[in-house]
Amino acid sequence: MRMTKWKPTGLALAAIAATVAVAVPSAMAQRDPAYAAARAAGQIGEQPDGYLGFATTPTPAIRALVQDLNIKRKAAYTASAQSTGSTVEQFAFTSGCNLIAKTKPGEKYQTPGGAWKTRDASPPERDARCP
Amino acid sequence: MNKTKTGARRRAIRGRCLALMTGTVALAGCVQIETPDKPIEINLNINIRQEVVYRLDGDAKKLIEQNSEIF
Repeated sequence: MRMTKWKPTGLALAAIAATVAVAVPSAMAQRDPAYAAARAAGQIGEQPDGYLGFATTPTPAIRALVQDLNIKRKAAYTASAQSTGSTVEQFAFTSGCNLIAKTKPGEKYQTPGGAWKTRDASPPERDARCP
Repeated sequence: MNKTKTGARRRAIRGRCLALMTGTVALAGCVQIETPDKPIEINLNINIRQEVVYRLDGDAKKLIEQNSEIF
């Protein structure tokens, strides 16, 4: 999974850029109101690793929706990791710090210990390495 | 007459013993690998240092802002 030893070539970077460029408009078109509803209802939440997770057992539709978003997130993290000379895990983790910080009261997030918590007015419980 | 019969029986027993031993050795030679029943966990602590997180923070914020449809 580590990408540090992989030397990016111009062609590969162009390919990733093209993938992201194509993925973004389609994601906008496929954006489902069910996602916002599941998020507000606390069925899905933000994990410290930068991906979405299930706080409760999801319906097949919600599961598919989250898996699709996580695949798109990974593509975006991969492109950013390449351009910043970091690993996908490092970039995803840094994004996770920000995404948990951005959760609104009532939404779910996962603590470093793995427990799901509901965000309230106080700062969320995040990894000690988060800025 | 009696001597030859005993010899044949001995040879037969020896042959059976040899077959049994070969079988035992073959069985002992099998290496059994048990597959783990738990999922493989990737420990985030190995790869990610705080200084790296601080360095990437600005770029992560930008990515989230510019791709709000997946975050």
